[in-house]
Amino acid sequence: MSRMSGAQALIKALEKEKVEVIFGIPGGQIMPIYDALLDSKIRHVLARHEQSAAHMADGYARASNKAGVCMATSGPGATNLVTGIATAYLDSSPVVAITGQVPTSQIASDAFQEADIIGITTPITKYNFQPRSVEEIPKIVNAAFYLASTGRRTPVLIDIPRDVQSEIKKVDFAEKFIIRGYKASPKPDPLKIKKAAELIFKADKPFILAGGGITNSNAFRELKELAELLMAPVGTTLMGKGCFPEDHPLSLGMVGMHGTKEANYFIMKADVLLAVGCRFSDRTTGKLEEFSPDAKVIHIDIDPAEMGKKRDVDLDIVSSADKAIDALIEILKQKMKKKESKWQKRIKELKDRFRNEINDSKGISPPKLLKLLREALPLEAIVTTEVGQNQMWAALNFKAIKPRTFISSGGFGCMGFGFPAAIGAKVAKPDVPVVDIAGDGSFRMTENSLATSIDENIPVIVVILNNSVLGMVAQWQRLFYNRRYSAVNLGDNPDFVKLSESYGAKGKRINSLDEFTDTINKALKEDVTTVIDVPIDPEENVFPMVPAGRSLKEIIE
Amino acid sequence: MKKTFIITTLVEHKPGVLSKVSSMFWRRNFNIESIAIGAAERKDLARMTIAVKGEERDAQRLIGQLEKLVDVLKATILNPEDAVIRELALIKIRTANSRIRSDVFNYVEAFRGRTVDLSPESIIVELVGNRSKIDAFLELTKKFEILEVSRTGETALLRGPGSVKLND
Repeated sequence: MSRMSGAQALIKALEKEKVEVIFGIPGGQIMPIYDALLDSKIRHVLARHEQSAAHMADGYARASNKAGVCMATSGPGATNLVTGIATAYLDSSPVVAITGQVPTSQIASDAFQEADIIGITTPITKYNFQPRSVEEIPKIVNAAFYLASTGRRTPVLIDIPRDVQSEIKKVDFAEKFIIRGYKASPKPDPLKIKKAAELIFKADKPFILAGGGITNSNAFRELKELAELLMAPVGTTLMGKGCFPEDHPLSLGMVGMHGTKEANYFIMKADVLLAVGCRFSDRTTGKLEEFSPDAKVIHIDIDPAEMGKKRDVDLDIVSSADKAIDALIEILKQKMKKKESKWQKRIKELKDRFRNEINDSKGISPPKLLKLLREALPLEAIVTTEVGQNQMWAALNFKAIKPRTFISSGGFGCMGFGFPAAIGAKVAKPDVPVVDIAGDGSFRMTENSLATSIDENIPVIVVILNNSVLGMVAQWQRLFYNRRYSAVNLGDNPDFVKLSESYGAKGKRINSLDEFTDTINKALKEDVTTVIDVPIDPEENVFPMVPAGRSLKEIIE
Repeated sequence: MKKTFIITTLVEHKPGVLSKVSSMFWRRNFNIESIAIGAAERKDLARMTIAVKGEERDAQRLIGQLEKLVDVLKATILNPEDAVIRELALIKIRTANSRIRSDVFNYVEAFRGRTVDLSPESIIVELVGNRSKIDAFLELTKKFEILEVSRTGETALLRGPGSVKLND
């Protein structure tokens, strides 16, 4: 027990959690914490907007498999974090957000820069805390990290009134916060595992749908072993991208609205669907009633609230993916004999046929560019995306081979995520190249993070697929609104090369695919952020596509 | 088939818990008929009884969402046959003359209610029972001038020595 301020107690507690970096912006009601931070080895990365700070923490978390930390002042600082917290929540990413709050005596008085951030973030956090005394801080920090990084991962927020930050008290770091209503890691029910193994064993046409839960439980080896044991094709959700090597013969790529033709074709034909670490999102299933209609569904997820939330399933197994798959393998490996079935032959045939199709483009083809990018990057390189056409082109055409190398805002679909997330990922993995695949619309939402990347010396590469429109909205207006373009034209401003140079970054506009390869190879050698502006045709569509609310059979290509 | 399910939950007895639980109902689109909350057998616990209208799977879904909340320690659907379910209602009725008053008294007696406040112009009736009993009383006394109604929502306990408590 030693005497210290609440701010010092917070920093010390963060050090105990092995926090290496905080992404944030200071302000009036968090000054004691920023003062205490000066005496710590924890690195602070100064964002230029709190939303970006939250995305950076999220990108850091997804790349490193550790909780990311972001920090902001009260009121507008805290509410600016909200979009980033919601993004992390929908994609089950462990982010600990720390906010300053007005002094206890002023809470609920509509004080300057006061916001009820506890109320505001309740739906987008697993839990949130507002310590009212210094003594509570260490155990709350401990609980926050525990809650964020166990079970289904989510953001957790700690809101600290300013008087609690500056008050000096004797603090005990050994005390634990009691969280008795929380079950961190449920074990799979052995009876259900046995039934699941029987269903799988009898299946002629098994299909594995793998989601982000594979990544969050590090079940990569288990998934690969199971797929190879069953010789079952693996499709992933957007969040699952990278959890199974996409160059593996059993990989069919992504399922869903912009899934690959082969993944959507075969998931609709399956007789047993093993859905692991995923939640049957509308973007994955298309019309839910017609999704994988003949399949007996086995749903494995760590979150009991996901069971039966969307689709009625034949077997629900509440467990982390790694434990459940391990248990399945244990039973199945005694029974299975590897033999190529009709189903597997058919998959091989059709996969090759589907794979070689790329539509023609006027000008630079984004799918071809992404394939070139894959060739240029080492397998460990991390790719982040923005949201919209750029994201779906990347998901379809950039093969993620290693875990945690494809980072994207899936559930929340948050434009502006990719660039700050790339910065966060680069902080986590300074030795691997990090590339943000962007659109011009998304990039402009958080482009001021260029300042962070330059000032903090966090070099990343941004590839802007620049069509001067809000591309995905334009695509929908083209396809479903009779080409009536409403508010999608972004014009030719700014000049992204000059913009980047004005921040001290490198900027380069390319006009051909050859030039792209040269430029990306050069950028990989730079020790400063490079922005590559790639003009593309605004009429270019992302195909294949299943219109919203339709069955996955109804593919437009 | 849609019906009303009674769910009993044990929650942390501390500030903010009710708002965290009840905001989830709206967010997750549940059709809640009533919530009754008060201290439980241990002072650090509160028992919350929730009446939710929907199908069996809605009730199951609600259990999942409740148990996901960190402050909720336990949530169980109570089978009405195995549980005592009660609601308390206070009903203020205008009694302009003695004929009306004695008329009201007859209903109160028939429903085994109690008169808990009496003034020259009004009485307050206290009625305890399940929801349908209180609904029936209110239906039959519609012909009087009902000034105010306050209902607690249903609260419930499992019958017999069995109990819904922590760590079982």
